[in-house]
Amino acid sequence: MTVPTAGATLEIRDLHVSVETDGADKEILTGVDLTIRPGETHAIMGPNGSGKSTLAYAVAGHPKYTVTAGTVTLDGEDVLAMSIDERARAGLFLAMQYPVEVPGVSVSNFLRSAATAIRGEAPKLRLWVKEQKEAMSRLEMDPGFSERSVNEGFSGGEKKRHEILQLELLRPKVAILDETDSGLDVDALRVVSEGVNRVRAGGTTGVVLITHYTRILNYISPDFVHVFVKGRIAESGGPELADELEAHGYAKYGVDALTPAGGRGLPTSPVLPGVVAPA
Amino acid sequence: MADVLATERAALKETGGITDGSIAVGVRPSTPRSPADVRPERLRSADPDAFVLPTGREEEWRFTPIDRVRPLLDAAPSAAHLSVDSEVPPGAELLELPAGSVDVPLPVDRLAALALARAGDALVVRVPKGAELDAPVVLRLTGTGTGEVVWGHVVLDIAEQARATVVLEHAGSAHYAACVSVLIGDGAQLQLVQVQDWAPDTLHVAHVASRLGRDARLLSTQVSLGGDLVRITETVDFDGPGGDVELRGVSFADGGQHLEHRLLVDHSAPHCRSRVTYKSALQGDEAHTVWVGDVLIRAAAEGTDTYELNRNLLLTPEARADSVPNLEIETGEIAGAGHASATGRFDDEQLFYLRARGIPADDARRMVVRGFFAEVIESLGVPALEERLMALIEDELGRAFA
Repeated sequence: MTVPTAGATLEIRDLHVSVETDGADKEILTGVDLTIRPGETHAIMGPNGSGKSTLAYAVAGHPKYTVTAGTVTLDGEDVLAMSIDERARAGLFLAMQYPVEVPGVSVSNFLRSAATAIRGEAPKLRLWVKEQKEAMSRLEMDPGFSERSVNEGFSGGEKKRHEILQLELLRPKVAILDETDSGLDVDALRVVSEGVNRVRAGGTTGVVLITHYTRILNYISPDFVHVFVKGRIAESGGPELADELEAHGYAKYGVDALTPAGGRGLPTSPVLPGVVAPA
Repeated sequence: MADVLATERAALKETGGITDGSIAVGVRPSTPRSPADVRPERLRSADPDAFVLPTGREEEWRFTPIDRVRPLLDAAPSAAHLSVDSEVPPGAELLELPAGSVDVPLPVDRLAALALARAGDALVVRVPKGAELDAPVVLRLTGTGTGEVVWGHVVLDIAEQARATVVLEHAGSAHYAACVSVLIGDGAQLQLVQVQDWAPDTLHVAHVASRLGRDARLLSTQVSLGGDLVRITETVDFDGPGGDVELRGVSFADGGQHLEHRLLVDHSAPHCRSRVTYKSALQGDEAHTVWVGDVLIRAAAEGTDTYELNRNLLLTPEARADSVPNLEIETGEIAGAGHASATGRFDDEQLFYLRARGIPADDARRMVVRGFFAEVIESLGVPALEERLMALIEDELGRAFA
């Protein structure tokens, strides 16, 4: 059932990204360097407002973000020269924190259209129905779900399962999961994490887990952990770095982390870059 | 009730892009305060001369390019007809009855009055008391040319406790002015689908006038796709309490087309419900849609529940959608009342989401528009018809994203 996917390496070099707010360009990413090789899982952790999501959306090609310097390549191909849909067909996938409602477009129609685009041909209907049904059942989704409009009236947990359903069906080369853990209860977090782990078990998909908390790392163990502060990677290390963040928060990176990295269930608060942590 | 309206107003602000519109609350004085208080479209008469010859400055004509309807306004009586092809299932009958033999709701404007006066025999679909039709009645009215104006009168007479679906399909070339009189008896239910799939040179101005008996139900769907100019006025009168009406509409205007839908739901009886959902997509230079939704809740209409919604999707910048919801409330004892109107371009976030899954931009736009209309079409509950209408919309989309 698994569609074999050759891996690919995503290389981000000195990436600078701006967003226009109130008529002025504001630089959010200030020089990001990151390499994701096939089969690797990277966790990107950082306080709110550090630019983690901007990285995800800029790589996916969201028009709101302007790349002002740097390069992004996938196996040497210039990602920044590609349109949004070309990037997805090249093998990039973004699981969104806030998936968008598309009224009147059913989940089944959407999934089949996406699979057709990514695979380059329409999957055979009978096989596809089976494939979709099995993937939904693994994510503990009700079969009736496929007749609903995309994301319309979905609960937070349903939206995230739907994102991971797409991840499993589309089998990208590199998947960026933007705060997939946020707003999930323990059961949903387990189901969603198992989905991500099934994709990882294929051994070729590179995974970038963007998260504020270490909670999801109890389910998905990363090979690398990066601390993202003020629009760039401040420190990189192995899984032990996550434990350190769990214990000490982001204070040592010069930001006032009002919530410790491991703060389960605590409200997230906006953190202004440059505010020095209190003693 | 003030709270209800406050909520609606807040909801309106969230939707954004209101073209125009008002909610007026108050008790109307028994005599008008000034001539301006008499809304011209509220005048109902069978006498064409009771209505002024429109100049385009009148409230009910101000969105209509009056020069383009001149051929209808200036036309002489004629005996021209549309050709009629029909499917009439057992239990229903199709008749031609002389003008004046059926008591119908009064015309709403000059062209409707002229149509009623000049149409000659009316084409009558009659569903007798208690009959439940297994299949839709289909009337295909086809124009054979624009040489002479066709004056038409169609009557749908659904007797008490009957249930029917009637599909009225228009195609071909015509200059056509018509009245469609919809009479729904006590406890009867009618699903009416009216399709405007005209050739590009057609002018079609019509008044669809419904009158509902006690506990009667009407589900009306207007689908306007073809024609040079289409102007449909739908009015709903309630003859007794408990009436329930859903008015839906779908328009797809191409370059140069004028598609106008005007509605007047007159809540004069208590405990009636009305829902209005009209959607249009526009693409191309001078594509123009107009939606005017008037809902009047009279003092006697306690327990009224009404909501109207208009959504317009501009696919190209040169298109224009006018949207004017009006809600006039004369009693405080209502169950709910509100309206929402929004006109916008493609939602960038929707397109981004679809494209981020590899779906090419044009396919993504097509999916969004198809989905936008599917919400109305796929609720018809007549699968063959839904398929055909979606196919017509696919044709429009094919042209839009050629």
